[in-house]
Amino acid sequence: MLKSDRTFFLRPQDMIGIAILAILLVVVLPLTLDNFRLQFVGKYLTYAFVALGLVLCWGYAGILSLGQGVFFGLGGYCMAMFLKLESSSVEATKIQTTPGIPDFMDWNQITALPLMWQPFNSLTLTIIAVILVPALFAFIVGFAMFKRRVGGVYFAIITQALAAIMTILIIGQQGYTGGINGITDLRTLNGWDIRTDSAKTILYFVCVALLIACILIAYFVKSSKLGRILVAMRDKEDRVRFSGYDVANFKVFVFCLAASLSAIGGAMFTLQVGFMSPSFVGIVPSIEMVIYAAVGGRLSILGAIYGTLLVNWAKTSFSESFPELWLFGLGGLFIAVVLIFPNGLAGLWQTYIAPRLGPLFGGASARRASPPAATPPAAPSSGTAAPAAAE
Amino acid sequence: MFSDYSLAELGSIFVMQGFAGLILFSVFVLMALGLAIIFGQMGVINMAHGEFMILGAYVTYFTSQFFLNYLPGLFGAYFFLAMILAFFAAGALGMAVEWLMIRRLYKRPLDTLLATWGLSLILQQLYRTVFGPREVGVELPEWMMGSLPVTDMVEVQINGLFVMGLTIAITIAVALLMYKSSWGKQVRAVVQNRVMAGAVGINTEKVDRYTFGLGCGIAGVAGSAFTMIGSTGPTSGQLYIVDTFLVVVFGGAQSLLGTIASAFTISQAQSTMEFFLSGSMAKVLTLLGVVIILMLRPQGLFVIKVRR
Repeated sequence: MLKSDRTFFLRPQDMIGIAILAILLVVVLPLTLDNFRLQFVGKYLTYAFVALGLVLCWGYAGILSLGQGVFFGLGGYCMAMFLKLESSSVEATKIQTTPGIPDFMDWNQITALPLMWQPFNSLTLTIIAVILVPALFAFIVGFAMFKRRVGGVYFAIITQALAAIMTILIIGQQGYTGGINGITDLRTLNGWDIRTDSAKTILYFVCVALLIACILIAYFVKSSKLGRILVAMRDKEDRVRFSGYDVANFKVFVFCLAASLSAIGGAMFTLQVGFMSPSFVGIVPSIEMVIYAAVGGRLSILGAIYGTLLVNWAKTSFSESFPELWLFGLGGLFIAVVLIFPNGLAGLWQTYIAPRLGPLFGGASARRASPPAATPPAAPSSGTAAPAAAE
Repeated sequence: MFSDYSLAELGSIFVMQGFAGLILFSVFVLMALGLAIIFGQMGVINMAHGEFMILGAYVTYFTSQFFLNYLPGLFGAYFFLAMILAFFAAGALGMAVEWLMIRRLYKRPLDTLLATWGLSLILQQLYRTVFGPREVGVELPEWMMGSLPVTDMVEVQINGLFVMGLTIAITIAVALLMYKSSWGKQVRAVVQNRVMAGAVGINTEKVDRYTFGLGCGIAGVAGSAFTMIGSTGPTSGQLYIVDTFLVVVFGGAQSLLGTIASAFTISQAQSTMEFFLSGSMAKVLTLLGVVIILMLRPQGLFVIKVRR
């Protein structure tokens, strides 16, 4: 169905880039960092799934969603509900008025497991839900809006409102969602204790493997005909429409894909960190996730991963030593990434470092981050994210 | 749910909730007016709007402290000076921001959103560092305290009435400025056709700067009014920004009348539901209703045709 005019969807430099990232994540970081720091990297990598989705959705298709935290949260909550049910067995909760239901439900005078929670007794259904629930939600939102040609800033504001609604809803419905504390005290996955150090290391590698798989999916989408249409649509939506394509369907697809990617990240987050709370769903985390993609380079799949790692690493080390400086730094980053380097780290790499590496390595220069062949290197003044709204 | 109350009680509940809704409406209108000018007329998403409002609130707080300490005799009138100071402080900051940042981004509306979000983070932290993380409240002058009894069961607060009166006055002033003055004509000309407006000799850059300044200045006044009914902290502005954007988008971005109508609808719906449901559910239902209506009618309630 998705035919590419190239024989293989990865170019040589893409393969080198992915290999370098894989070596960094699988070999270098586990060998150089202690367990504690490695768990931090694992947590950052779960945000990288969101950034990956944003590169496809925002960078390539020009749809800025400020509600990616909702999908991250949906994925995370689905996983957390399964883990919570497993740790609330009848024996473990026999001091409650109603044994066998999660503790926060008991505190809120709920006496039977709500229907919404029933499917999460099964791991298979949970994994399906992690991917499908956010995609379905994204489909409803995307279908309603893109069919009516809502785009650009209106879409951004409405998705932001959705993030606000979701947070208020989760906090308000304490008996069903755990309220502001979220779903905590998660212990085992099918009997396997996820709190030990060795389990966390294994989960880290699972997370890396999933991330690489998702990167491959992203490259596949990018280099397929679909990816070309997305870019064309971002730059000149009307021409694509007049060429006979139904623009809305492509937008809905890429928005759903981004939602599912975010949700996988959310589920991995819950597994590695051991809880899920509304503080990862709302407006502030959602817009921070956009900055990860923007710092890495909104047009670069691999750049987004490095951007996520870098911003989060900076956040952790700043908040440890100078907590009051961090917001200045983050705010400055937002402004700088928009005004000074709109294509992020990948753009800097492409302009300053790759040309000098070229002579040294004989051609395989753009190994870390390369903008798509279809897009000329965008000068800082040209609007890479604007076209959807600038009509 | 109505059966527990007698008819007279029910009537006064609706009146009281309606009045609470009117105060919320006034705050929405004041915030949304500035935003409607900036977003509707210039197409710029100003995520730092709440922080401009908080600047106005802090200016008001410090003016009240100054009067309390040095001019206690004139304390009853400090608010009027504070409002003017708030307008100029927020307006000046707005013009500086426009000159440094926004004017480079007019062709990239989504990027203004990110940049102004960054600005809002910086301003929040600045307020926290300079003014402290504690919420501050102003002391109201004597004549603004207390409430007026209307019937046995219904009474209205004077500060609420004052904020409402202020809102009406500012709205009329903005409407006159935009639709009757020659400067307003220039602003609307630039919105409708930037190139032609430039060709007939309007300095579009200057118009942009003053428009942005005006929008921020009105936000400052909104913050000033906000101190009359609530306390102010470094992050208070962020609480209102999403609601305000929804108000502006729901009303139809280019229309001042639409902004007022949508602020009225949203605030009344929210405060009436708040009495019967929990506060959070009222908010969820209101926002969800607005989002669904926007999906069905993306252009908002009132539309003005604009050539882009």
